[in-house]
Amino acid sequence: MEDLAARAIDRSRMTVTDEIAIEIVKMNKWYGTFHVLRDIDLTVYKGERIVICGPSGSGKSTLIRCINRLEEHQQGKIVVDGIELTSDLKNVDKVRSEVGMVFQHFNLFPHLTVLENCTLAPIWVRKVPKKEAEETAMHFLRKVRIPEQAMKYPGQLSGGQQQRVAIARSLCMKPRIMLFDEPTSALDPEMIKEVLDTMIELAQEGMTMLCVTHEMGFAQAVANRVIFMDQGQIVEQNEPREFFNNPKSDRTRLFLSQILGH
Amino acid sequence: MSEAFFRTEMLPQQPPPLRETGAVKWVRENLISSWLNAILTAVSLYVVVVLLAWIVPWFWNSVWIADSLSHCREILAGRSGGCFAVITERWLQLLFGAYPPALYWRPIAAFVLLFVALAPMLFTGLPRRMLWFSAAYPFLGYWLIWGGTPWFAVTAALGFVVAGIAYRAFETRGGAVPLIAAAAAAIVWWVFLAGAARGALDAALPVGIEFVRSDRLGGFLISMIIGVSGIALSLPIGILLALGRRSDMPIVKMSCVIIIEFIRGVPLITLLFTASLLLNYFLPPGTNFDLILRVIIMVTIFSAAYIAEVIRGGLASLPRGQFEAADSLGLDYWRAMRLIILPQALKVSIPGIVNTFIGLFKDTTLVVFIGLLDPLNLANAIRADQKWNGIYWEIYIFIGALFFAFCFAISRYSMYLERRLKTDHR
Ligand SMILES: Nc1ncnc2c1ncn2[C@@H]1O[C@H](COP(=O)(O)OP(=O)(O)O)[C@@H](O)[C@H]1O
Ligand SMILES: [Mg+2]
Repeated sequence: MEDLAARAIDRSRMTVTDEIAIEIVKMNKWYGTFHVLRDIDLTVYKGERIVICGPSGSGKSTLIRCINRLEEHQQGKIVVDGIELTSDLKNVDKVRSEVGMVFQHFNLFPHLTVLENCTLAPIWVRKVPKKEAEETAMHFLRKVRIPEQAMKYPGQLSGGQQQRVAIARSLCMKPRIMLFDEPTSALDPEMIKEVLDTMIELAQEGMTMLCVTHEMGFAQAVANRVIFMDQGQIVEQNEPREFFNNPKSDRTRLFLSQILGH
Repeated sequence: MSEAFFRTEMLPQQPPPLRETGAVKWVRENLISSWLNAILTAVSLYVVVVLLAWIVPWFWNSVWIADSLSHCREILAGRSGGCFAVITERWLQLLFGAYPPALYWRPIAAFVLLFVALAPMLFTGLPRRMLWFSAAYPFLGYWLIWGGTPWFAVTAALGFVVAGIAYRAFETRGGAVPLIAAAAAAIVWWVFLAGAARGALDAALPVGIEFVRSDRLGGFLISMIIGVSGIALSLPIGILLALGRRSDMPIVKMSCVIIIEFIRGVPLITLLFTASLLLNYFLPPGTNFDLILRVIIMVTIFSAAYIAEVIRGGLASLPRGQFEAADSLGLDYWRAMRLIILPQALKVSIPGIVNTFIGLFKDTTLVVFIGLLDPLNLANAIRADQKWNGIYWEIYIFIGALFFAFCFAISRYSMYLERRLKTDHR
């Protein structure tokens, strides 16, 4: 983690604009009677890299899954890239094609080759001609440094490679926003770095990113804001240095001491 | 001081001792590894020998050319032997029923073309353009077997063309809109326009081949017609029922559950009796709804209900992440199902689906009870004939062999398919 933080990272292109990418206002969500998300207010600007952390069960996944409506919220407002998420399925599909999502367990399509995984959505959702979709896919596979695996099936790849394919698959849709839900938690330690490197590169290109992760080195290296959640609430948010060195709330302090191991 | 000895090269592998190889070893390990095993082996061998001693001469001595069962017995002169002369004399009847012999080429052509139509669906190596022929086959096959004017089949097929055009026109709307438009267009065509179009075509070009009434069809031909149509129709209907059962829409879900549970809870034979007797009461008077068609409908919904449950199992076995990944890429419901979910769910369900298909095919013999001339009914008819009265093994062996060949082919194909689709590399 230290070596990530210490890495010379080119922050020059990682500028935050004042255009709003995601706006969440007074959002509440329940699972049955269980109140998972309470009064969430969050504004994300284009170009921001936000890391969300917090204890297990605090609602981090639920929050970012609400942003592309894998989960439905019951109260409040979520506007993504100018489109409000309502029960209108058309808007939902539109938002989903603008927002990429990377899952903890990759969720690649096992019956399709790596290349087909990457071209499927561009061809069927964006109506890109097959040839062009394949070129784009190869471009992003080169970017995540596994072009040579294009013809293999996901089951033939290592976890780290699969996660990089999953990132490439999302990028092929040319999303404006990327969501990551603990992308490295299911990986063996030696594979974590290759995935984080890919994510860092993405951040350096100015992608708007929301990452649920416990990789605090990554947070220090690329995040411009760290959000701490507990029991369905945003407890504290700050820029990383301040967040780690000078946590305001006791709960944050406790969490950091547990996760940083001192 | 002793001199150490080192080998400088590896020794070649030596053959193992004789008692550890080949047949001897296999016998030692598998047949006589213990006293109990040895006794079981001996008993089994005895049973096999006795059976063979009875069956082999029976086949070996069997008579293939004779006029009647008593003639067979004369030729056999007391020896044990089959009288396959009945097959020699009646095999065409067992295959085609009362179909006019001069027109046998038509069902044969339909049968051969069936494989041409199936080939591009069964094997991926073939040119995709052949699928157009597959799409046209149901109408061609229908026309070849029943004959008459071709315009009925053509106008029926045009309904699908109309549906395709409507689908294209509304394709950009997404969701279920294109599907609904396609269905509506097809129904409008069939109900209001097809009849007129057929009349016009008939008047303009009164061509046709000899018409064969349904009650002339019989034998294996009828099993094939019912079995193949049932299989071809029940898979898509089963898929829709399975998807409907998982739907979020309460009405869709409820209707699918009711259909599936009702159909599964009723014996096929009741449905067949319904087809043969009751449907006439429900249909508007004067409609002459072909019995074979009614049977196909019943067999189809029956096996569709089973297929739906098999596929539901396949759907349930997919991790939720697959649905979420498809959603998160912006695929709408139908695309997600068609491209991501169903290919995987169907793959998992292949053994169950094939099981249902084989069951369906064998169940076509139940139509004997509603008087269709399927092979079993013909067998009864043949045995009622003075000449062959008293014969049964030979006919049933023949019929059984035909069914076995067909079912075994399906089963082998499904194993090939499973191997080919295996991409998970676990
Ligand atoms: N589908 C669901 N139904 C009911 N409860 C759920 C569901 N998904 C998550 N939860 C609960 O909501 C809480 C927040 O879950 P989650 O957002 O996954 O937390 P995190 O990602 O922070 O670990 C947890 O207590 C979890 O048990
Ligand atoms: Mg989580």
